[in-house]
Amino acid sequence: MTAAVELFVRRLEGLKTEVCRVAASGVAAAVAGACAARGIGRLGVPPGLPAEWRPAGVHVVEDHDLAPAELDALGAALTGCTLAIAETGSLVLAAGPADGRRALSLVPDAYLCVVREDQVEPDLPAAMLRIAGLIREQGRPVVFVSGPSATSDIELQRVEGVHGPRQLVVLLVS
Amino acid sequence: MSRGHPHDFPAAAREALADAQLRANLRGATQTIRARRATAVAELPDFEELREQARRVKDDALGRLDELLDEFQAAAEAAGARVHRAPDAAAANDIVAGIARDHGVTELVKMKSLATDEIGLDAALATAGVEAVETDLAELIVQLAGDTASHILVPAVHYSRGQVRDLFQRTIAQGRELSDDPHELAEVSRLYLRERFLRARMGVIGANVGVAETGTVCVVENEGNGRMCTTLPPLLVTVMGIEKVLPTLEDLGLLLRLLPRSATGERMSSYVSLLTGVMPGDGPQEYHIVLLDNGRRNVLADPVGRQALRCIRCSACLNVCPVYSRVGGHAYGSIYPGPIGAILTPQLWGMEEHAKLPFASSLCGACADVCPVGIDIPEVLLHLRARAVREQAPAPEKALFAAAAWAFGSPRSFDAAQKAGRAAEAPLSRGGLIRRLPAPLAGWTKGRDLRPVARETFREWWTRERGGETP
Repeated sequence: MTAAVELFVRRLEGLKTEVCRVAASGVAAAVAGACAARGIGRLGVPPGLPAEWRPAGVHVVEDHDLAPAELDALGAALTGCTLAIAETGSLVLAAGPADGRRALSLVPDAYLCVVREDQVEPDLPAAMLRIAGLIREQGRPVVFVSGPSATSDIELQRVEGVHGPRQLVVLLVS
Repeated sequence: MSRGHPHDFPAAAREALADAQLRANLRGATQTIRARRATAVAELPDFEELREQARRVKDDALGRLDELLDEFQAAAEAAGARVHRAPDAAAANDIVAGIARDHGVTELVKMKSLATDEIGLDAALATAGVEAVETDLAELIVQLAGDTASHILVPAVHYSRGQVRDLFQRTIAQGRELSDDPHELAEVSRLYLRERFLRARMGVIGANVGVAETGTVCVVENEGNGRMCTTLPPLLVTVMGIEKVLPTLEDLGLLLRLLPRSATGERMSSYVSLLTGVMPGDGPQEYHIVLLDNGRRNVLADPVGRQALRCIRCSACLNVCPVYSRVGGHAYGSIYPGPIGAILTPQLWGMEEHAKLPFASSLCGACADVCPVGIDIPEVLLHLRARAVREQAPAPEKALFAAAAWAFGSPRSFDAAQKAGRAAEAPLSRGGLIRRLPAPLAGWTKGRDLRPVARETFREWWTRERGGETP
């Protein structure tokens, strides 16, 4: 494991994010396990999600322009990402085929994201170099996700889970 | 922000200081957030270097603002957005209300935005028959209470959890019993807002940064309400102050290293969204950007004061300020309170109404130490104090300082003034201190004692000891 990946894992854990380390062949089983542990029956995925990540035993719903209310009825969403940032524990979604629409990774109450170790950039400037190309050339919308949704608006006490997903699970593929 | 009569900071501050609950809420909050920021910033080995870079980037951008705004507009329009220019609050409000009207929208969801607070957008929309629902938890608290924000980053910092519970019970929980656990209170707001997000047809947001080269708008948040606003409604509007524009995406990357750490003490906020025009099949299919001036070019015209436009609204200066952390935000009479507000508000909206704000500081300099873009707030405070005196000082004060200038002008006049002073002050001195000066000068001794002129001054002693020799 490289230093960047090690830092990434440490940061995710600091951000109340569950990290499952899996082999490339074990993603689907790990997703099935994470869904079973949470009682998730319906799992939204982008149409471009690799077939080998899709779990058995869970009803998988492809997001073909699902309406907001339909997204709300999903138990969880599963996507890939474009890259990740170790320094800040961030997942970067940039409308790639496995990243899905932004609404998919936002509305369901749990969010599962697959990150390959070779996608982990050490810090923000390194990540920005790659993101900048996608914005300049293709005008891609980009979202950085660092931990679950949270608020500190009442007496600065941190509360996890406001409007975005309350649970964040990262499946880190070595 | 104009209320038609001068804002009286000292009176408002006195009132705030009498509120023990407010002082307790503020003390707890500012101390907590200061500690978090200090830890997060200490972790960056090159913070000083980063903020020097950020200072240069912002100054460069402000130095060629018109060029960058044109570049931003061209790039945003090429990516599918529509860009509007608003010289003032009324123009910006008209544009946003007009967009709502054209689409038959009567309810919209809003992300926390200082620019829209500044122009009073919610009230203007209400007049136009459009209900704007604030979706940031703190903004929702303030909106439900019919109150105004008192902090740049944590607008409801002046509320305790018990006060929020009482408010929610009265309003969105419709009489249901609630505990004062922040988890339960956040859950109540989640349920209340979720159905509004799902049915929203229009979203309104601000901007943390605009990127000229790509026309990208960046918004930073923690709750996910911003992502809801920028993703679910088919129609989206950004109101962005013109000073927010930066040349490149790399410059944005630099600011993103400084902003969350300086603001909430986090390495990165939960969600950072970069919006570049319209993406077919993903998010809003119609996107408007309103570029707001509303006094910003007045600030730009002042060579010393213009550095206030570097501000990225992190609020670190509020949390370390001994004045802000005692009187709170409302005393400043502006959506921009604290040290940054004391230099921004009078420059944006006129010295006539806000002349007292540059004096609302002890000049301790803590604000300049923490500013992530190197704004020398004490320097601008002094500059504005001088302007306030030039433009505002009453005739008696001017006469007094003219007399002082004469007295300090030569050794002979100085000696004469000391002798006269000694005679005049004799009846006022008690136990070696003057505690109260008479009427026109009473303000000076309201908050401090005055030492009388020495019974024998150094010059008198010198003359007595050394005869006629010049010291």
